Amino acid sequence: MRGRFISGSALFIGFAFLYVPILSMVVFSFNNSRLVTVWDAQNSPTLKWYHALFSNEQILGAAWLSIKIAAMTASVAVVLGTLAGLVLARFGPFRGRTLLSGMTTAPLVMPEVITGLSMLLLFIAMEQLLGWPEGRSALTVTIAHVTFAMAYVTVIVQSQLAGFDDSLEEAAMDLGARPARVFFRITLPLILPAIASGWLLAFTLSWDDLVISQFVAGPGSSTLPMVIFSKMRLGVSPDVNALATILVLIVALGVVGGSLWMRRLEKRRERESQLAASDL
Amino acid sequence: MSEDRHYPALSARLASGRLGPLLTLLFRLAPPRWSEYVLTHWTGKKFVIAIPYLWLLLFFLVPFLIVFKISFSETRIAMPPYAPLLEWAGHQVVAIRLNLGNYAFLLTDDLYVSSYLYSVKVAAISAFLCLLIGYPMAWAIARSTPAWRGIFLMLVILPFWTSFLLRVYAWIGLLKSNGVINNVLMAIGVIDAPITMMQTDFAVYIGIVYSYLPFMILPLYANLEKHDQTLLEAAADLGARPLTIFLRVTLPLSMPGIVAGVLLVFIPAVGEYVIPSLLGRTDQLMIGRILADEFFSNRDWPVASAVAIFMLVLLMLPIMVFQRIQNRELEAQR
Repeated sequence: MRGRFISGSALFIGFAFLYVPILSMVVFSFNNSRLVTVWDAQNSPTLKWYHALFSNEQILGAAWLSIKIAAMTASVAVVLGTLAGLVLARFGPFRGRTLLSGMTTAPLVMPEVITGLSMLLLFIAMEQLLGWPEGRSALTVTIAHVTFAMAYVTVIVQSQLAGFDDSLEEAAMDLGARPARVFFRITLPLILPAIASGWLLAFTLSWDDLVISQFVAGPGSSTLPMVIFSKMRLGVSPDVNALATILVLIVALGVVGGSLWMRRLEKRRERESQLAASDL
Repeated sequence: MSEDRHYPALSARLASGRLGPLLTLLFRLAPPRWSEYVLTHWTGKKFVIAIPYLWLLLFFLVPFLIVFKISFSETRIAMPPYAPLLEWAGHQVVAIRLNLGNYAFLLTDDLYVSSYLYSVKVAAISAFLCLLIGYPMAWAIARSTPAWRGIFLMLVILPFWTSFLLRVYAWIGLLKSNGVINNVLMAIGVIDAPITMMQTDFAVYIGIVYSYLPFMILPLYANLEKHDQTLLEAAADLGARPLTIFLRVTLPLSMPGIVAGVLLVFIPAVGEYVIPSLLGRTDQLMIGRILADEFFSNRDWPVASAVAIFMLVLLMLPIMVFQRIQNRELEAQR
């Protein structure tokens, strides 16, 4: 009984801490007053900050650029991260394995200023030596994002693969499938949920990143966090609340929808494996 | 020699015959274990390893070597603003200049030493506060029914998917002198004048704890969820009180989760740049801010590189501990 009280209050306090700030942004996004935190009861709620947001070309342009960079990052990071996870989980010991596993876990905790600085200095050195990449652009931002996002994908894929033994893959080999075919027909479908969540995570990490982008972005490639950050340094402005509300709404819908879809996928797989078992 | 595993005697006899080479080839085509085959024969294997390997070497390891190199150069007013390490000194002599001045500068200037110490202090206190809030939550989630578990975990992760910057921004609105917290406290008469909360250590702790909380809860939950319930029952049957069970069984068992969670918060928090810039003090900067200022405002690349290398050396031990735990977790799942 006392245990239930303790766990109940821990969850209540914890979730209040997590969600009160978000709720306050949502509420104040409908506030008429320019003073972000003083509620103007007479003229609120209002949608004027949403209007201001959608007529702000700079924010819209930066948001579109961020979406493009994030989608590109996620797609490349998923390919590289899946390969790295597969190698680490399935290829056994090989020369240089320790270095590879070190290089995939270090980015998880590396302070962003260090990653940002080192990536920028690399790009400058490469430009001097090879003439590529030319200046800082969306391309350099994407390369930098891929490098730290793929570490997360690797960990997800690796732990998913560690959960399965290789008996299914072995069976497919025994039936005469070539390694590449085994990968595409057996391994890949098994780790598809991990790849999907890896893609989403990589997208979010890239979409959210400020520090690394600030180092490696060029004059014409300001991402959304960079634009918001420079706005925030000039002082708070209520249209940022409106932006936050829209983002929270999209994320909430996406996460709920995604988890429902995942659950359906899992149910279907269970049913299929039961059917397969009853056929035997 | 995987083909010999299946039919050793037969394959040996056939291989010694006239058609030996051909038959050996055929046996090679016959299916051995998948993982063994991939390890020993598949030519694509090296290629598959090479792709992520080369990417990480080029974009993760080489950059550190460049930072390391530049940290030993002298500052110059040029583009790039540092002197090369190798220089033709004329008469077929290559001069290598290793300038240790940047490091000496770091260690003697009070600004750098104090901001290093301050960063470590802020990160340690934040990680501890995170543990204080995160542990009970992870414990409660692990104890709840499976259906609720999914919902609770989703609620923990959901703020993480929304923008980090906007979540820090939300706290500005709450903590300001005319912010929500002060307004509410004054309205109900707890305080008469607003408390200064912005640009204090307190605000930085709040910001870091708030942003990094999921990183604390998730490894703790992953650990607590795996605990063997029969151990707890056995302890209870032997007469242990709930608090004793927690302190003697649950807490020691969850140590790897605690260490992983604390490191996941502590290491990146040492170099945190955004949160202290927006919420923190202006008279005492954290080292991440110093690095960015050296680079962007002072354009002193060598000193910025030396700051980065120094930070990396400082964090090397915690990073290695984290990697060990991470690897053990991944191996243990097998």
